[in-house]
Amino acid sequence: MSEGLRLDGVCILKDGVPLIEVDATVPPGDVLTVMGPSGVGKSTLLAFLTGTLPRGFAGMGRIILNGEDVTDRPAHQRRLGILFQDDLLFPHLSVGENAAFGLAPGGSRADRAARVSEALADVGLSEFEARDPATLSGGQKARVSLVRMLLSEPRALLLDEAFSGLDAALRAQIRGLVFDRARARALPVLMVTHDAEDARAAGGPVFEMEAWRPSAS
Amino acid sequence: MPPSRLPLGLRLLPALTLLAMLGPVAAGLAGTVLPAFGVFPAAGLTTPSLAPFRDLADWPGVVAAARLSVTTGFLSTLAALGIVTLFLAGWSGTRAFRVLERLLSPLLSVPHAATAFGLAFLIAPSGWLARLLSPWATGWDRPPDVALTQDPWGLALAAGLTVKEMPFLLLMALAALGQVDAGRRMRVAAALGHGRTTGWLKAVFPAVYAQIRLPVYVVLAYAMSVVDVALILGPSTPPTLSVQIVRLMSDPDLAMRLTAAAAALLQLALVAAALAVWRAGEFAVAALGRRWIVSGRRNAAADAGLRPLALIAAGGSALVVLLGLLTLAIWSVAGFWSFPDPLPSGVSGRAWSRFAATGGATMADTALIAAVATAIALALVIGCLEAEHRRRRALSPRGLWLIYLPLLVPQTAFLPGLQTLLLTLGLKSGLGPVILAHVVFVLPYVFLSLGDPWRAWEPRFATVAAALGTAPGGVLWRVRLPMLLRPILTAAAVGMAVSVGQYLPTLIVGGGRVETLTTEAVALASGGDRRAIGVYGLAQTGAVILPFALALLLPAWLFRNRRGLA
Repeated sequence: MSEGLRLDGVCILKDGVPLIEVDATVPPGDVLTVMGPSGVGKSTLLAFLTGTLPRGFAGMGRIILNGEDVTDRPAHQRRLGILFQDDLLFPHLSVGENAAFGLAPGGSRADRAARVSEALADVGLSEFEARDPATLSGGQKARVSLVRMLLSEPRALLLDEAFSGLDAALRAQIRGLVFDRARARALPVLMVTHDAEDARAAGGPVFEMEAWRPSAS
Repeated sequence: MPPSRLPLGLRLLPALTLLAMLGPVAAGLAGTVLPAFGVFPAAGLTTPSLAPFRDLADWPGVVAAARLSVTTGFLSTLAALGIVTLFLAGWSGTRAFRVLERLLSPLLSVPHAATAFGLAFLIAPSGWLARLLSPWATGWDRPPDVALTQDPWGLALAAGLTVKEMPFLLLMALAALGQVDAGRRMRVAAALGHGRTTGWLKAVFPAVYAQIRLPVYVVLAYAMSVVDVALILGPSTPPTLSVQIVRLMSDPDLAMRLTAAAAALLQLALVAAALAVWRAGEFAVAALGRRWIVSGRRNAAADAGLRPLALIAAGGSALVVLLGLLTLAIWSVAGFWSFPDPLPSGVSGRAWSRFAATGGATMADTALIAAVATAIALALVIGCLEAEHRRRRALSPRGLWLIYLPLLVPQTAFLPGLQTLLLTLGLKSGLGPVILAHVVFVLPYVFLSLGDPWRAWEPRFATVAAALGTAPGGVLWRVRLPMLLRPILTAAAVGMAVSVGQYLPTLIVGGGRVETLTTEAVALASGGDRRAIGVYGLAQTGAVILPFALALLLPAWLFRNRRGLA
């Protein structure tokens, strides 16, 4: 099967010592949850996927996205959307400019503005274009992050503790929103979390990592 | 991901930066060594000889000049470091400390020459202090005949350097304090029964000193070889070794350059030896400190004496600089001002209108040199930091030494050689070489100013931008540079301040033909026209303050609707 996100014999080494091994396929619209306490290298796995592995780490294996090997592509050509625990909205840009940041070039100015408005309205943020992101609530920021990521038309979605910063009620709401949108676009989702509630809500397979030694399922 | 993916230009930038920074130093040292041993093709001399050193030894002032360089260097560095240490030990974290910190930060940028003139105008026998105290307290109807400035021991020179370098060391120490977890160290020390000052000296100082060691070395090397401050506050018969080198360099007799080169090598050896002695002193102090700590003596009573002393010393040196600037300002608009009147009897704008009529070209050249040198330095530094970011490799401690190297080699040791080299190669001195010489000194400070905020930037912004399909260049221009606008403008202001304050590179590499506010101000020192000096000193200070003001106001205006960057 070539559709979806495939981690083919992926192994991350830190200073030559194996840290994580993953061999898994996430079909379109599914969520694979990677769980484990902090410090086991969950985020390092995502850094390998986004092409931003820190010095001292090495990644082996292949990343296959819809049948295409993207392992050797530079970070900006992989089209893997990522959401972090922090919203990481660019503080020098307005909400609208943030949302438009990842839009592919082309189309008229009005056309692009309309796509941004529509996407913001879709998450309940109509007329928010001119706002300063620093003035938004936590939930609003998370939704702008989601919109910004979706507008860049990613082919898979990575979640790095994406809901950990939100309080319980908001957390369920944003989580539902993200999973909904991912399913609607048939995006494979790889979620890294330490929270069992996230894993239950995702409904997909769970990959448990342990702290003291690399494990594989 | 791997370094090979870096664009060629970015890959070469670190090497280019090192070349811009160390190339002139190396070339200048080479251009010093050859004439020092009698090889000077421009004057037809090609046979090596030791004659230049013999000529230097024959100069009766050589021992006194060398001794003066050493004593003023050590005295001012010890005093500046001592004040900073005691002030931090006794007062860090208090309100008085924050007030003084805010006062001292802008003083850091006041050019050396302006500080020196201000101090001279304040403490000279006919200075403002004497006028304020006379005749009611001193009984003086005329200026007393004592050498309060340009004293033969170089005490005024050392005092000028102390008040100027103190803010620099304080800011470096403050940056270090944040990294050594001083608060918790102090809580532990207090819990073990140590007083504030002695507890700080025992528990925090060693960690802070380890971080500011290189800046301290820079202060020592600089204080030993400074020229402009020594011309204003130092003795003249004999002057310090560095001043003598500049005198020899400006002698119309080209043969004098050989003696100057020999003296420059002596200066280099003196600084190297002084740094070695200082290093040995560090070991000695560390050993004594350990014994003190192990002895268990708390010396808790020391606070009562040391804390007021530290506040007076730190506050006093800040006050001296501020009062000095005020004195410059008063003199710049003074009409007739007879001794011992506390204020001039009238106000006159004549000095300023003369400056307005003739100073335009000087101001333009000052601004041009500062702007171009800073732009070059900023481009190189940002390129290096970006290459470092993309390679995911931080600067090594060895790299940090390289950045400090141009600040550790005395200016008088390599600038004359650089000028001689230009002469030998038949190159004209002028704006271009002066700008490149300024880059040597601007670059390290821009690097030191921008490095920390650059590295403190959240790298996940780059990950997010890349995941949104933005190439590394786009991440730099569209995300990182705008977000770091404030520290970038501050670094630019620091660079401009360093350039505006440069005296020797402009004088020597410009071959005396390039005039900036600083060279003009220092040239006025021998003339004694206090009104003109006041004007130039203030103009110099203004030229430095303006970029800092812009660096503060511009981001505040641009980001007025962006609370995340406020």
